[in-house]
Order: sequence, then structure tokens, then C-alpha cells
Amino acid sequence: MPSLKSLRMRINSVKSTQKITSAMKMVAASKLRRAQAQVEAARPYAVRMERMLGALAASIPTDSPSAPPLLVGTGMNQTHLLVPITADRGLAGAFNASIGRATRALARRLESEGKTVKILAVGRKGRDFLRRELASRMIGDVSYAGKRQIEFSDVQDLAERITDMLHDHQFDVCTLVYNRFQSVISQVVTEQQLIPAPIPANDTGADLLGGAAYEFEPDEETILTRLLPQNLAVQIYRAVLESVAGEHGARMTAMDNSTRNAGDMIKRLSQNYNRARQANITKELIEIISGAEAV
Amino acid sequence: MPVALEIVSPEKLLLSRPVDMVVIPAWEGEMGVLPGHAPAIVMLRGGVIALYQGDQITDRLYVSGGFAEVTPERCTVLANEVRPVAELTRAEAETRMGAAVLAFESAGKEDTAAQEAGMDQIQAAQAMADAIS
Repeated sequence: MPSLKSLRMRINSVKSTQKITSAMKMVAASKLRRAQAQVEAARPYAVRMERMLGALAASIPTDSPSAPPLLVGTGMNQTHLLVPITADRGLAGAFNASIGRATRALARRLESEGKTVKILAVGRKGRDFLRRELASRMIGDVSYAGKRQIEFSDVQDLAERITDMLHDHQFDVCTLVYNRFQSVISQVVTEQQLIPAPIPANDTGADLLGGAAYEFEPDEETILTRLLPQNLAVQIYRAVLESVAGEHGARMTAMDNSTRNAGDMIKRLSQNYNRARQANITKELIEIISGAEAV
Repeated sequence: MPVALEIVSPEKLLLSRPVDMVVIPAWEGEMGVLPGHAPAIVMLRGGVIALYQGDQITDRLYVSGGFAEVTPERCTVLANEVRPVAELTRAEAETRMGAAVLAFESAGKEDTAAQEAGMDQIQAAQAMADAIS
């Protein structure tokens, strides 16, 4: 039987933990709203970019030798670059762990097929996890820790780095692994192939124009060589934003759960406390009464 | 019938409104877009987008480069940097020009891509200076 004092201390410590978790939940909720707005705001660009890319890709034969490698890849399927996107902070439930697990599973699968795997980690948590698990495959990491809002230019550097690596033939296929924000309580681990770029379905553009073809200025290939790196950056940007929104959603849910857990715990502990207190009083009474009877 | 003009940056939709005509700085020269323009996808160099209402220019926006999609009904501009011309300063144009010249000169002789990128930067900085005067 724990003493009254130790019970009191337990209750107080759980209470202050509850205060922290409920404050974190509030913060996550307000950050989530902002992150969601940012995802929404970035959508129009991505949609239009996809439309243009569809029109361009349709007008260029993908088997031509001059087709840019960002679109068609290097023609090989040997070295895979994985880009897992995680948060920089923990306390968000399984948010970071699920990306780590998915990346590890993907890496194992690829390696069992005889492929080479390289990992470029975005976010501190993923970096730490993968450094423990798959240290030999790590080739670098990027972190946006400390930024209030991730801007497009931040991501552009990463996209450039990936493009340069592709031109140096350091990998053949690039895949993003990130948490797609579905709702506050559910984030879906998504594997998205970036290079070679999956060509968006192009029937919408042609339908819209009644089959009329676009004019290009300058020629298709020049535009494509400029548009593709931009598209890469936009895809990564979108994934990063989704991941940020997912992170806050996951944290909000996790903190909501722990606030509720702390509440339950407080209830149980105070019950124990009251019982112990009453037992003490009863015991004292019995002592007094039996003392009086003995006289 | 007006042209539905949209200017979008990766971060957000910056402007969406009908205009009578818009002049965009296309790769091979200024391009005026009126309703019913033939469908086109063009690359933009650094320059000024001018919005027309009737014969009057209502807004002048500087872009440092990007892409545009033109169809008979609409004109969509994708640009990384969009700023009203009134916001630009000569000092900024000069710093940019300095940085651009430096980037061009530091590019290796063999590295044509870097040279081209430097060239584009110079061109965009020049356009910014021109837009002010």
C-alpha cells in the first residue's frame, strides 16, 4: 500500500503532465490549420503543372534518345534512391516510426531483388532512425527544423541536389516515402515514384481543346528540360507540406489520447488516495475505540 | 469575352481574374494574349506581365521566369517570383545584376548549363532594371 504522500505526489505529477499534453494538443491544432491551408494553397500550381506536363509529354516520344532523363530515367533499374520524409520532432504517435518501417521494408525488398539502395533522409527523426538501421545506405540528410513555414525555395535546393545526382548517374529510380495527410486521425504512408516521372494522363487537355495541339515556344524539349526540374521540386514540396500537415494531425491525436489517459489515471489515483485516507481514519478510530473499551 | 488570367506561384494562387488582354514576356519576345488565342505552352523569360482593361494597363507585374499555358479562354502563368513593378527598387536590380554576372563568370567553360543559367539570370536582372525606368 503506497503512502498517502507518495500518492499525492503521483497525482500532482500526472496533473502537470496532462497540462503539457493538452497544451501541445492546442498548439498542434492551430499549426495543423495553418499547414492545411498551405497544402490547399499549393494545390493550384501542382494541378496546372501536371496539365502542362501532360500536354508536353504527349508530344514527345519517350523512347527517343534525347528525351530528358528526369522523364524517362536512365534506362536502368539498378540503383534506387529513397527519400523518406519525416518530422523533426517526436511525440506524434506512430508518425515517424511508420515512415521508418516502410522505408526499411522497401529497402529490404529492393535489396532482396539484387538492387542497390541509397537513402537521402528528410527530417531529423527519420535520419536518426535510419542511421541506426540502415547506416551504410545513408548518403545524406536534409532538415527543415526551426522553420516556421517551409517555403518553396527551401525545397528547390533538395530538388537540385537530386537532379545533379541523377546526371552523375548516382541512381536510376527515385522514390519518395511520406505520410499523406488524409484526415486528422489518419495519415497514409505513401510511396511515390519521382524519377522516372509518371506521365500524367493526358486525355483532359486534348478533350478541352477539342483535339487541337498546342504550339510550343521554344521547342518542346527545351521547355521540358526546364519544366521537369521544376516539377520535381513541386512534387517534393507538395509531399513535404502533406507531411507537415500529417505531423500536426498525428501529434494532435496522440496528445489528445494522452490527455485522456492522464485524466483516467488521475481518476484512478485519486480513488486510491481517498480509499487510503479513509482506511487510515478507520484504523485510527478502531484504535481509539478499542483503547477506550480496554479501559 | 475576356481572358481568364491566372498567376500561380508554387506557394499559392496569386491572382485570378478576367482581363481584356495580357502581355506576357515569352521566350522569343513579348506575346499579347487576347481571347481566342491559339493554344500554346510557352516559357517565360524575366520580364513584365502587363494586364489590360480596354486600352489601359491596369497592373504591371514583374516575373523572374516561368511558364505559361494559353488556350482560347484562359491564360495560366506559373512563376516562382511575382512582384508588382511598383515594389521594385533600383538597388535590388543592381544587386541581382551583380550576382548574375558573378554566376555567369564563375561558370566553367564546359558547363554550358551553368552558363545558360547565368545568362538567364542576367537577362532577368536586366528586365527588372528596365521595368523600373
